[in-house]
Amino acid sequence: MVENRPFLNFLTHLVLILGVLMVVFPVYLAFIASTHGPTDFMSGIVPLLPGDRFSANYGYLLGTGESTAGAPPFLLMLANSLVMAIMIAVGKIAISIISAFAIVYFRFPLRVPAFWLIFMTLMLPVEVRILPTYKVVADLGMLNSYSGLVIPVIASATATFLFRQFFLTVPEEMMEAARVDGAGPLKFFRDILLPLSRTNIAALFIIMFIYGWNQYLWPMLITTEPHYYTVVMGIKRLASVLDGDNQWNLVMAGVILAGLPPVLVIIFMQRLFVKGLVETEK
Amino acid sequence: MQTKRTVFHSRILPYFLLAPQLIITLIFFVWPAAQAIWQSFLRQDPFGLKVTFVWFANYTRLLDDPDYLNALGATFVFSVGVTVLSMGLSLMFAVAVNRLLRSGRFYTTLLVWPYAVAPAAAGLLWWFMFNPSVGIIPYLLSFLGYEWNHRLHTGDAIVLIIIAAAWKQISYNFLFFVAGLQSVPQSLTEAAAIDGAGPFKRFWTVVFPLLSPTTFFLAVINITYAMFDTFGIVDATTSGGPSQSTNILVYKVYADGFIGLNLGPSAAQSVILMLIVVVLTVVQFRWIERKVQY
Repeated sequence: MVENRPFLNFLTHLVLILGVLMVVFPVYLAFIASTHGPTDFMSGIVPLLPGDRFSANYGYLLGTGESTAGAPPFLLMLANSLVMAIMIAVGKIAISIISAFAIVYFRFPLRVPAFWLIFMTLMLPVEVRILPTYKVVADLGMLNSYSGLVIPVIASATATFLFRQFFLTVPEEMMEAARVDGAGPLKFFRDILLPLSRTNIAALFIIMFIYGWNQYLWPMLITTEPHYYTVVMGIKRLASVLDGDNQWNLVMAGVILAGLPPVLVIIFMQRLFVKGLVETEK
Repeated sequence: MQTKRTVFHSRILPYFLLAPQLIITLIFFVWPAAQAIWQSFLRQDPFGLKVTFVWFANYTRLLDDPDYLNALGATFVFSVGVTVLSMGLSLMFAVAVNRLLRSGRFYTTLLVWPYAVAPAAAGLLWWFMFNPSVGIIPYLLSFLGYEWNHRLHTGDAIVLIIIAAAWKQISYNFLFFVAGLQSVPQSLTEAAAIDGAGPFKRFWTVVFPLLSPTTFFLAVINITYAMFDTFGIVDATTSGGPSQSTNILVYKVYADGFIGLNLGPSAAQSVILMLIVVVLTVVQFRWIERKVQY
């Protein structure tokens, strides 16, 4: 700050408080709605203070689910989402870190074409090639399975780039010293590179976990058995059926349940999250 | 392309290390994309019995199709709306946070979490806020004499998805603007202050121009986001309606392919979308190359 201007300080806080309100208010309203009974909306306006149906609504969704809306118990869907998100995050990191290792620490024919092939995945988001990808997965018999949810989205150009950039900054001497001491490539990778990449892995894990958790179109297409439904697609089913019944309290409880886990991850690991976000875009 | 000065010597190990990534890329990315390109040149008769090679007929038909042109227009309005709204607000918040010393962190925490909310969930949050019968915003708007109904009014529907998509993107833009602002040298703003420039003049003549690389980068990212990552928002709220006003390209590909089962035209749409991603990615990487010189 160059000089002290009380009015500008006041304006700064005003802008930020309005910003925070704008960001938080929709969620506050959703939470309030989720603690009311369905009849509380009949008066025509959403209440602004919590109701007394918190445990009733959430307990009902978590344990029983809404079978009329084709939504299994939320506990099951949350578990599915968790499994899917962790598998996607771990898988992306695992296959990316070894490909980056190959690209940086070896010289072999086809190295550059391999790099470009990985790069191309950036240009082919699932949304633009859904139909043929769906067909491939169906032909491989991977519909309604965790492998079908995870494997087709597991290749990652961003993660590979991040690790490549990071490996390039690791001092040459590290590897020379390891070689002098007689360490082979795998030993060097395990004992030196992996420990050095710890923060990068953690930061990337957060970004990829959120990406995995928030998958929507893909799970919607390839899961037809409620047993494999994930929570983000589940709330949409809930919304489209319950909108007619005016049961917004349950819809909003579902939205809160689906959104809470990744939001908590960001709030509690903010430093790593920011690092991951900024680094992956370099 | 760069490697280490000294490298490990092994004939097969690097291929083993690359294999998982490459196999998945080939099976689930390259092969389907090639299929889409191939199918975009074919046309199937309604019973799926005969397939003919039709060259660019699917493309020309698409570009004559008023529905497709409408989707292009909707996508344009939507992307520009999301980008301008989200970046404008984020820049304002970033400048404000950058003025603060200690409380900045507190505000940052409260501003960054919407990044984690799934697009579909963000859509539903705003869909509830704007719900014509119980939503709080239509209630407030009714005092101004405006009757909000995104199920009937096309303009309302597109405003709804723009707001939902921009809301979710604020945290991302905010973090990058804060990083950009922190790299503006303090000495420049101080020099401007000594020359008598007030806070607003300093911002527009010194800080904002220095921020332009960040702004440009974010503009590309936001357009990409609005075009490809907002499927969930549209699907959960308006499903392309009313009367196709929110049928953006990425949603139309899905609707035509999966619900309409129009293979050829849907594949042609996929190919056009891929071309758009390619252009955006190239622009983005050109920017990164330029940034190195700063």
